[in-house]
Amino acid sequence: MSTVTAPPTPKVELRAVRKNFGTTEVLRGIDLDVAAGEVAVVLGPSGSGKSTLLRTINHLEKVDGGSVRVDGSLVGYRRSGDKLHELREREILRQRTRIGFVFQNFHLFPHLTVLENITEAPVSALRRPRRAAEETARALLARVGLADRAEAYPKQLSGGQQQRVAIARALALEPGLLLFDEPTSALDPELVGEVLDVIRDLAAGGTTMIVVTHEIGFAREVADTVVFMDEGRIVERGTPAEVLDAPRHERTRAFLSKVL
Amino acid sequence: MTLTSDPPVGKTAPGRTPAPGTDDAAGLTVVPVRRPWRWAAVAATAVVLVQFGHGLVTNPGWEWDVFARYFATEAILRAVWVTLQLTFYGTAIGFALGVVLAFMRLSASRFLRTVAFGYIWAFRSIPLIVQLLFWFNLAYLYEELSIGVPFGPGLVSFDTAGLVGAMSAAVLGLALHQAAYAAEIVRGGVLAVDSGQLEAAASLGIPRLRRLRRIVLPQAMRSILPNAANEIVSLFKGTSIVSVMAIGELFYQVQVVYGRTGRVVPLLMVATVWYVLLTTALSVVQHYVERHYAKGSTR
Repeated sequence: MSTVTAPPTPKVELRAVRKNFGTTEVLRGIDLDVAAGEVAVVLGPSGSGKSTLLRTINHLEKVDGGSVRVDGSLVGYRRSGDKLHELREREILRQRTRIGFVFQNFHLFPHLTVLENITEAPVSALRRPRRAAEETARALLARVGLADRAEAYPKQLSGGQQQRVAIARALALEPGLLLFDEPTSALDPELVGEVLDVIRDLAAGGTTMIVVTHEIGFAREVADTVVFMDEGRIVERGTPAEVLDAPRHERTRAFLSKVL
Repeated sequence: MTLTSDPPVGKTAPGRTPAPGTDDAAGLTVVPVRRPWRWAAVAATAVVLVQFGHGLVTNPGWEWDVFARYFATEAILRAVWVTLQLTFYGTAIGFALGVVLAFMRLSASRFLRTVAFGYIWAFRSIPLIVQLLFWFNLAYLYEELSIGVPFGPGLVSFDTAGLVGAMSAAVLGLALHQAAYAAEIVRGGVLAVDSGQLEAAASLGIPRLRRLRRIVLPQAMRSILPNAANEIVSLFKGTSIVSVMAIGELFYQVQVVYGRTGRVVPLLMVATVWYVLLTTALSVVQHYVERHYAKGSTR
């Protein structure tokens, strides 16, 4: 038994995840594994539950059933026997520092400078010394091409620049997993490219990522796995070639014919 | 460029291309429409203002010499100091309690929400002057106050009449009254902060208190400040109400002086000018504090 190499634990492991908003079932039993280093792109019509799925992974939404594991440990709960105990806020926050989240509308802190936006979490959540956090922040800004905007306030930046700062802010915690919730949907068309370039760069660097997006071209180019969701279920999953070029499911075909 | 008809030849100055059918457009001047009634309104308002100013200077009833004699006497200055103390303690304790009440009203616990709502309901319903007189007569209800185990033995006890003197009764009344209004102002400010800000902070693992202090409150301050400044100014002037409790604040002191000398109008002006001066100072402070919290905003 011990000679057989067990398959490595997936980075993200969703089992039978259910979520209701009132009487509406938003997630109806989601099973999904994402391996370390894998880039999974989630596609689907609006209202299909993509964003909610992403938000359950860092416990911004509590699940109504099933389990979410990151690095093998339950997110938001501790299991003893057949009971799931909700974790204390501090433990949940600790788990979240290992999961980066990038929002559709950036949600940068408007009253803090770009540099302060990036150093806030390392200093207050990870207790890094300010000096070291600032050094890291400047390196990250250089990586997203904004080295000269450290002292600017978010409102002085374009949408694309704000989203790149938001990505740098998420990276500052050195998370093992990055979640992107429609990172380019709030951007003017000419600014989409600069944000996708940064994400593409991260994918090439081997970061595990789950990206909810409507950019089919980006999915084809960057994704290891494409997941198609509809009405709270995963309809189809496979390589970009399988899902995008030879979809097996009628609903996937219908969706792709509308967006391509 | 296509023209349906050729421009008239010969009228065109060299180097210019005028629009067809017009003379030299660069030489035209714009004449605004005349507004005679506006001038009439300005003249009428100016006359009224000048008359008012003239009256202030020439009417002997204002007794400016009496005003000047009393404006900075020691009794008045001491009274101004008492007024400032009442304002300061009323504001500080009022807003501290107000912040607590605001977060109770925003709490997930129905019990805490209801208690905070009840407090605000009660203290907004009772006229300040009635409340002040209640506190002033507290010794009649409770002769002794003690600190100790709830419903159990007391550890330290105070004589109520000695503890709740006129001044502390006034501060207590003003602060409790102020807290009810402050709570709603703070709650409004917190609700005005985009919920995405909280989500972003939570997803970054920033601890709860830090989130409040560093992310929510600085942004809430922008909508809290104008309302809070209103409240402080109104509390500052509202301190004159404690004159009913014979506390030597500005308005009471002025009443004492004109009761003795009979010079009512100039002494009311003494109080008025002090209130105006200090309110102006508060407005200046407000301006700078608001500018501090406007960091990073475009308007």
